[in-house]
Amino acid sequence: MIPPEFDYAAPATVAEALELLAEHGDEAKVLSGGQSLLPVLRMRLNAPGIIVDISRIEELKGVTEVGDAIRIGAGATYQDVLDSALVQEHLALLHTALKEVADEQIRHRGTVCGALAHADPAGDVGAPVLALEGRMVIQGPDGERTVDGADFFVDLFETAVGEGELLTAVEIPKHTGWGARYEKFVRVSHQWAIIGIAAAVRTEGGTIAEARVGLTNMGSTPLRARAVEEALVGQEATEEAVAQACAQVAEGTDPPSDLNGQADYRKHVAGVLTRRAVLAAAGA
Amino acid sequence: MKITVTVDGTTYTDEVEPRTLLVYHLRETLGKTGTVVGCDTSNCGACTVLMDGRSVKSCNVLAVQADGREVTTIEGLADGETLTPVQEAFRDCHALQCGFCTPGMIMQATDLLSSNPSPTEDEVRHGMEGNLCRCTGYHNIVKAVLQASGQSATSGGEQS
Repeated sequence: MIPPEFDYAAPATVAEALELLAEHGDEAKVLSGGQSLLPVLRMRLNAPGIIVDISRIEELKGVTEVGDAIRIGAGATYQDVLDSALVQEHLALLHTALKEVADEQIRHRGTVCGALAHADPAGDVGAPVLALEGRMVIQGPDGERTVDGADFFVDLFETAVGEGELLTAVEIPKHTGWGARYEKFVRVSHQWAIIGIAAAVRTEGGTIAEARVGLTNMGSTPLRARAVEEALVGQEATEEAVAQACAQVAEGTDPPSDLNGQADYRKHVAGVLTRRAVLAAAGA
Repeated sequence: MKITVTVDGTTYTDEVEPRTLLVYHLRETLGKTGTVVGCDTSNCGACTVLMDGRSVKSCNVLAVQADGREVTTIEGLADGETLTPVQEAFRDCHALQCGFCTPGMIMQATDLLSSNPSPTEDEVRHGMEGNLCRCTGYHNIVKAVLQASGQSATSGGEQS
């Protein structure tokens, strides 16, 4: 289980990283925490000519407040984000979902932006970022552009990040005071989600004023359940009303069938978990 | 590539291939065979070491990524014959059978207690979820971590 040979560069700035990506084209692979990439290399599912390690770029580190949003740099590990008081206060859904990513050792190394760029539909990061309307910041030879979640996730392991480009940050609008729950359905605690439901809810009195629902592993990309979000608005946060609003969550999804469950089973469980996640997020 | 890594208090400078995994650098270049390779797929946690004070799976880190960093392995914990509280507790509670997962278990428990000195049983189980043991059923491991934290381990090893 030794990776294939590759060259290695650890640039100190984003500009240097972009130069390396431009020079090497599709021979280059970006490494940050490496917690998804290194298993891929060890299993020899990919054989890049050069690894561009961005983990030593200071300007990519940290979690900061940018106006109405929280900016998570590409160098910020899951643990950095979990430890961030800004994230705890303003992005409860992301915080609670990140606690379920893999295990402690992985969370000490892996990065939020790395997971977004890897775009594994069974990963736990995409659904909460999509639900919270995160904006991906991509730098390339032509400068910087910002892409929202619906355009960022293209397909299985495929994103809007093009050749020669680098995902440098994600900016997520603050959802201060929203309740949150990530329901992750797994057989082995540190494994990938069989399915996962990310729910954030803002209540007024006992009534749901706004809701956001993201789905993990219910298709080839993370999905957002907009019809459920709309059906929840104005509902009392009661079991019956929420169950009814969440019943159609699997409509239009295309979950995989594998050893952990058939597609129709996943669709059934999605309805159950969405109800639970929304009720918990609403504090009911 | 030339890298300089401080391992268990000693600084080593060596030439490594970029593809060398940290665990193989520790074992084969530096002779630190206390850190073992379990699954080699980043699942089992047997190869856990501390890097700059936090636990990592050393089969899932490139040696070049450890350049300039400080690594602590299972061999760097005890002070001569004096064991750390975690090591003592693993011995007292018989928190091992074959012993293969033990280096990783002890390193992860060390990290866990450094960030959460008085964990609940649930927090111990959650915090150790990246370490697999195929012998003990985990009860005595959880008991040992609770004992090392100075709490009486009433629930961890009890069968109900």
